[in-house]
Amino acid sequence: MQVPETFDYERASSIDHAIELLERHGDEARLIAGGHSLLPMMKLRLAFPEVLIDINDVPDLDHIRIDGDQIVVGAMVRHAAILDSALLAEHYPIFRDAERVIADPLVRNRGTIGGSFCQADPAEDLSAVGAALGGSVVIRSSSGDRTVPLRDFHEGPYETKVGDAEILTEIRFPIRPSTGSAYEKVERRVGDWAVVAAGAFVQLDGDTIADVGIGLAAVGASHFIVPEAEAALRGQPATRSSFEAAAQICHDQCSPVADQRGPEDYKRHLARELTLRALTRATARARGEAS
Amino acid sequence: MQVKMTVNGEEREADVEARMLLVHYIRDELGLTGTHWGCDTSNCGTCTVSVDGQAVKSCTMLAAMAGGRDVETVEGVAVDGQLDPVQEGFMREHGLQCGFCTPGMIMTAKWLLKRNPNPDEATIREAISGNLCRCTGYENIVRAVRWAAEHPAGSNDTEEVSA
Repeated sequence: MQVPETFDYERASSIDHAIELLERHGDEARLIAGGHSLLPMMKLRLAFPEVLIDINDVPDLDHIRIDGDQIVVGAMVRHAAILDSALLAEHYPIFRDAERVIADPLVRNRGTIGGSFCQADPAEDLSAVGAALGGSVVIRSSSGDRTVPLRDFHEGPYETKVGDAEILTEIRFPIRPSTGSAYEKVERRVGDWAVVAAGAFVQLDGDTIADVGIGLAAVGASHFIVPEAEAALRGQPATRSSFEAAAQICHDQCSPVADQRGPEDYKRHLARELTLRALTRATARARGEAS
Repeated sequence: MQVKMTVNGEEREADVEARMLLVHYIRDELGLTGTHWGCDTSNCGTCTVSVDGQAVKSCTMLAAMAGGRDVETVEGVAVDGQLDPVQEGFMREHGLQCGFCTPGMIMTAKWLLKRNPNPDEATIREAISGNLCRCTGYENIVRAVRWAAEHPAGSNDTEEVSA
């Protein structure tokens, strides 16, 4: 029987209330959203917050909407809602690709995008999606909102820019024309963490790659990105040989660790192959040749 | 702490530790042992219950987090002694062998059919992908859910079987 260490439970009724509770209880307090990362860690005694602040009743955090030239996703949006979102599917089908292979439908009914980002697990899929797309996150404290580029949000495994008395409120993804996106993942069984996964975002100018983003999960890529592979693609023709060159850079520059999911060379091979597939499919979508 | 919630339409309340998981609240505090407790790691799905209409794994939710919410367990599925079509389907199509996964399968199937009253086989398999049957009786479980889809509550066939 897995039982967490004892803690006090508080339930926040608003964002301001959650911040007030965080300030009152200090750095031993943790927010809990869907709980599907934090509770398992608490049950394994890998995490033992003294106070849990439940934000499931907090309104104004579960929106998916367009704001100018950005899609804004509230931190409490559940995986299931991301999977079902026609708006996200229309602009960024990478979300649908990724959500279909995140855990299982019951876990997706609880887990949230904000929780996934803040957990900052190096193998987490939405973080790799976010890295591929770029954008920004909004973090609120009692002194107001601050915006952090999404690619600076993760400071390392299980560490983010969110401070002790702060709450991630929303994630903003830029909407750009002539783009495609895709996510490719290899897992040992349905619902498992990635052995390796790759997300890609491609913006075309005719047959030229105007902009590109690549996000890699579970291969030790700092901030989930490989900037050298992206730099090698910008301005190049959107062809298989361009994609292969970038995928090889991902293979060479990532730093996977051998574990029960596979040896290092296998993971490097997957990083190359999945990057190639994600770039290919994202480009086909940008051209309107794939759904 | 006092934790109060609606379980199968009844107000229930118990004084529990904040760290108590919903599955233990349901089984040990309320004595509703139809909800099974399996892997404890949100993998197997046998602890699946409905919270505010969403199928969730009760081993990965605190009882405190369910406070004030509407919880349904497998004990609440039959109405006035009348089995739900999903339960009928499991009986008719031999959807259970050892029965350990069955409560979770039934709660997930109920949730699926509410969202999609006529799911095809692939949709059913996707929906139950978070519920593990170690007897590996998935063929009959899928047939059971299909049976329920084809015999919604109130249809003649359901009444005939129950008689």
